[in-house]
Amino acid sequence: MKGEILIKNAKLADGRGEHGSADVLIGEGRILSLTGGDASTVLDATGKVLSPGFFDPHAHLREPGQEVKEDLQSGLTAAAKGGYTDVVSMPNTSPVVDSAEIVRALKEKAAQIGRARLHPAAALTQGQEGKILSEARLLREAGAVMLTDDGRTNEDAGVLAQGLQYAASWGLLVSVHAEDAGLRRGGVMHEGKVSFRLGLPGNPAYAESARIARDLEVVRYVIQGPGMEALRSGKSLLHIQHLSTRRGLELIRQGKQDGLPISTEVGPHHLTLTDEHLESLNPIYKVAPPLRTRTDIEALVEGLLDGSIDCVGTDHAPHTQDEKELDLLRAPFGIPNLEVAWPLLYTELVLKRGFPLPILIERFTDGPRRVLGFSPIHLTEGAEASLVLWQPNNQRPVEPSAFASKAKYSPWEGWMLQGWPVLTLVEGRRVFASEPLL
Amino acid sequence: MNETATPSFPKHLLDFQDWRRTQVESLLETAQMMQEVLARPVKKVPALTGFTVATVFFEPSTRTRISFELAARRMSADVVSFSGAVSSTTKGETYRDTLRTLEQMGIDAYILRTDAAGVPHQAHRWLHKPVINAGDGWRAHPTQALLDAFTLREKLGDLEGKKIAIVGDILHSRVARSNAELLPMLGAKVVACGPATLLPGSLPGTTLTTNLKEALAEADAVMALRLQKERMDKGLLPSLPEYIAGYQITEERLRWARPQAPLLHPGPMNRDVELEGTLADSPRSLVERQVANGQAVRMAVLYHVLVGKKS
Repeated sequence: MKGEILIKNAKLADGRGEHGSADVLIGEGRILSLTGGDASTVLDATGKVLSPGFFDPHAHLREPGQEVKEDLQSGLTAAAKGGYTDVVSMPNTSPVVDSAEIVRALKEKAAQIGRARLHPAAALTQGQEGKILSEARLLREAGAVMLTDDGRTNEDAGVLAQGLQYAASWGLLVSVHAEDAGLRRGGVMHEGKVSFRLGLPGNPAYAESARIARDLEVVRYVIQGPGMEALRSGKSLLHIQHLSTRRGLELIRQGKQDGLPISTEVGPHHLTLTDEHLESLNPIYKVAPPLRTRTDIEALVEGLLDGSIDCVGTDHAPHTQDEKELDLLRAPFGIPNLEVAWPLLYTELVLKRGFPLPILIERFTDGPRRVLGFSPIHLTEGAEASLVLWQPNNQRPVEPSAFASKAKYSPWEGWMLQGWPVLTLVEGRRVFASEPLL
Repeated sequence: MNETATPSFPKHLLDFQDWRRTQVESLLETAQMMQEVLARPVKKVPALTGFTVATVFFEPSTRTRISFELAARRMSADVVSFSGAVSSTTKGETYRDTLRTLEQMGIDAYILRTDAAGVPHQAHRWLHKPVINAGDGWRAHPTQALLDAFTLREKLGDLEGKKIAIVGDILHSRVARSNAELLPMLGAKVVACGPATLLPGSLPGTTLTTNLKEALAEADAVMALRLQKERMDKGLLPSLPEYIAGYQITEERLRWARPQAPLLHPGPMNRDVELEGTLADSPRSLVERQVANGQAVRMAVLYHVLVGKKS
């Protein structure tokens, strides 16, 4: 059999489990064989692991309008470097992504760039103003995969209910930034003993859990509506973004037990950092929702393990260095995550805590794909060759100055991590290769 | 770090996290000496000749600025002033740009005031010269706490075991937070009291209560804080009369404290809000003494961060 790339001696690991070593022959955008063959390029992958490409359900790539922070070129390159083959971009840009024209333009541009694939999320309401529903049918046709007013909160439960109902009728998932604006107020960090001592406005855990509780009731209401039973067929209707609290997780776990069509994600920072990092008074730790406590981290890891949390979403949210050097009240929320998410969680969860590798891979691959209605990619003959080859043993510090993202800073700067991707393929085409492989 | 300076002394004053009791005691002793300087007919010493300090105020404050500037001038330092507003976008100059520009002009110490917590710490990371925090948001106002401690010791002697009641808007008060850090270090017990919506959930080393009688009971000193009128707009307080009814320090309520317990207020005062009528002008009030001592304390702070203590 003749292919384009032969990856020899790679250990195979996907969302189903680990499958030993194989010689993976890739051609025509697919896995042609797991038992070798001829290829024009042969890579010796001894000691490396081959997995399905990662899928990020939540990234802010800032285009159009905020290219000073990030653009499709830098963002999708950063994604490919991080082992991601697919990225869902958030629509809170300038202008807001709320029309089929913008979705099409983004998709075309991303295809030309040819790095990770772009799946735009579009606004749930026009201009993300929370009033008039956006054109779900036309947006879906243009390639939008999700509707969300992320960046803002859905204060009007009635509009959310109608949006859910309408989006579901066109097969689109709705995702929400679940925080009650009134309870959150001007909070810039988790409300707790650290914020009280530092004199910084706090954002209580209950701002998130109160909003999740409301939204689950909205889902219960919406699924009573006409035709909803037939439409949902096990798919998620409401996706709760960047879960950060133990209490929020409890509500979601209960909701899922009750059979509600919901899903959720967790970000790498909410699994590895706490509010105590704010004691440095460095706005690099300012994210929304805020870094919580050790108790929350323990609960979230448990939720990721038992499947209450469907997937890891990076919430990659780059800003300029100047913006992040404003004070803690004025600096914007967010940090760049795409290039560190996998090595970070592989190191901190799998290596340090014994979290099962196949489950973590599942939460980076099948999990997000399932939430968004994409079929899973498993390492079998005939499967789509959107893959990542990563290095489980080489330890290397996080070096933000070498980021492909325009945001060249990181709260994990200097952390020694393993699991760095060395090769990312989208349908058999190289979208990232580390230098030794070039 | 300059190896010739005394290494045991922090070369900045951001808050009291990295200060020890002996260092604070030593600074208050220096302030005592400075007070003697201020009592002379010619209130000037050459201690800081050749040094240039900058007051960099991103939040307006006339009183604190004048106090610092006089303190520096009385020690023969040159003083320059920068005041500016920070925009929430990055179109304007950033803190870092402003401070780095001043650094290039040869500033030896920065006296920094901001409406946001943490900027002095950020500045300390960016600059090579000492930073003195003149108030950052709700977080810290260390020279105010030092002058309060100095004034309290002047009146009460050793603060070991003394109960100090702080009354008012604790949640938004950098004065309360700095005193809650400093006074327990000097042996005092701090009780902070205010309306439920204006109390933080916790403060290390401090008892929090909404019960004014409990807070004032057997107190050795009472400190009232300024109430910002905008708290009413944020839904934290129903009205001024409501605050006055619950938390104004009156002649009658002051009887709950120890006899002759002194009264402090960091200023500026809302007359007839935090304190009843003429209480601020009564013999129990140390308000004017606080202002006078502020200058001596700030002279001591400047001396310690710029020159250090000779070993």
